[in-house]
Amino acid sequence: MSVPLLTATGLTRHYALPRTSLLRPAPLLTAVDNTSFTINAGETLGVVGESGSGKSTLARMVMAFETPDAGEVLFQGQNIHALPAPELRKLRQQFQMVFQDPYGSLNPRRPVGWSIAEPLRAIGEDENTNRRVKEALEQVGLHADAADKYPHEFSGGQRQRIAIARAIVTRPALLVADEAVSALDVSVQAQILNLLMDLQDDLGLGILFISHDLAVVGAICDTLLVMQHGKPLEAGRTADILRNPAHAYTQSLLTAAGVHT
Amino acid sequence: MLELTDYSVNFSAGAALRQANLTIKPGDRLGIVGESGSGKTMLALSLMGMAPDGATLSGALCVDGIDMTQRNEIEWQNIRARRVAMIFQEPMAALNPLRRVGDTVMEPMRVHEGLSHDQAQARALSLFEEVGIPDPAARLRQFPHELSGGQRQRVLIALALACNPALLIADEPTTALDANVAVLITDLLVRLSQERQMALVFITHDIAAVARATQDIVVMYGGDMVEYGPTAEVLKTPHHPYTKGLLDALPDPSRTTHDANGKRRRLPTIPGTVPQLQDLPQGCRFAGRCPVEVPQCAAQKPATQSFAVNRSSACHLNEGAKR
Repeated sequence: MSVPLLTATGLTRHYALPRTSLLRPAPLLTAVDNTSFTINAGETLGVVGESGSGKSTLARMVMAFETPDAGEVLFQGQNIHALPAPELRKLRQQFQMVFQDPYGSLNPRRPVGWSIAEPLRAIGEDENTNRRVKEALEQVGLHADAADKYPHEFSGGQRQRIAIARAIVTRPALLVADEAVSALDVSVQAQILNLLMDLQDDLGLGILFISHDLAVVGAICDTLLVMQHGKPLEAGRTADILRNPAHAYTQSLLTAAGVHT
Repeated sequence: MLELTDYSVNFSAGAALRQANLTIKPGDRLGIVGESGSGKTMLALSLMGMAPDGATLSGALCVDGIDMTQRNEIEWQNIRARRVAMIFQEPMAALNPLRRVGDTVMEPMRVHEGLSHDQAQARALSLFEEVGIPDPAARLRQFPHELSGGQRQRVLIALALACNPALLIADEPTTALDANVAVLITDLLVRLSQERQMALVFITHDIAAVARATQDIVVMYGGDMVEYGPTAEVLKTPHHPYTKGLLDALPDPSRTTHDANGKRRRLPTIPGTVPQLQDLPQGCRFAGRCPVEVPQCAAQKPATQSFAVNRSSACHLNEGAKR
């Protein structure tokens, strides 16, 4: 196989906790500890774990919002944390993010077309903005006219479609979805999961899919990484892990998802 | 101990709850499942006498045989905490951040039962033990921000139990919690219900939690109770098309994810979205999204059909076809 879309090696991130004493250095919290994974084009990697397990920190490092204390992220062979700022900015159109809360991630005072065009403006793309916004809206199953409406005119599921449209408007190779379906009702969640699979088939997207729900992850992810307290517990093909969880913690997540093995 | 007869909550925009019928006996564990806009929270608030101002109530809501629909706030206050208590979804928002959690838990005992500070404190301590809070004496003096999400939810459960209610309403009690903590809280609610012979109304959109916690289940859509029956039976053989659609849309890890051509399977979905209150069809609320719709659906509200002593569904297609 050719170079994977994304390779993360030995990612580690510490945060300084409040000092307990003037005389001692601040204690460190290891949010992510020595975690490695790869994502191939057209494949989905699921990251599962409870809150505080480090999965969002992992996403932030992959998005280059944060710099790891150790380890590196190679995106299409380039170390994104070593790139000079202008080049990183250019490369950013290749990896985009969808957030959990479709209410909080869209500007309520701007038409959604403006929000969807924002990543295009950020990379200095002025031409064809309208056409690309409309294209993106149609790709996520909304009408092109939706661009002129405001976020409050849409339901939660439609807003998440808009957030996905914004993420794919730059035609990225990688999508990072952080709990992108957690706030949605079951039937809406199924629609959005199907949309992500459709987009993946059409555009060959690699997806980093972060969730706490093993059942959801099982439906969409090819490979799986289970995390607890910042450490990778187990990794492998999703079907293998669901059938044969090696770890008691994975088993407890399966129980919570209503699966009895 | 609690009975709803043709109980409706009407707003000027439409009915948020239509002709609900429900009987809850001591020790029952009832799940109420539905998505946003299904009316499940409106039902919960009604059971607490907290239906919003501006709503018109009709039908009967009887607590201990007394119809409470036209009663005022003072009369409801005699019922709350002592007969019916509620825990909410977001434990941080439901606790006063400036008060020690022990004081919060003691408040209803002092207000409703006139206990002294020491009596209330002793009871709060035993409640904290009962709900499985480690080191309860120290926890009583802590503030909400010092506790984890699961511990806060346990505090809220202790608060709800403060005056020994006969019915506990849990509105999405596990939604804000981590998956494995949610299982512990669900199991705790079941244990408390069994030990105290306390009825439990468990409102959620989490089918796995309902399957774990309840004996019977009500499925709601658009303000209607569309299906009722023993939880295991309804989940296994749903009668109403909405229940079927909802269960199908749930990802099932035991299902294979790829078809014969190696293409990833799509999840079955319910087409469209839940309409706004004023746009709901007058007949069956599910009309317009239902895969097996017949012409009369949109115009005529289907009657609730009983299939067995304990099993019913409201769908035109089930009429006459008694199973």
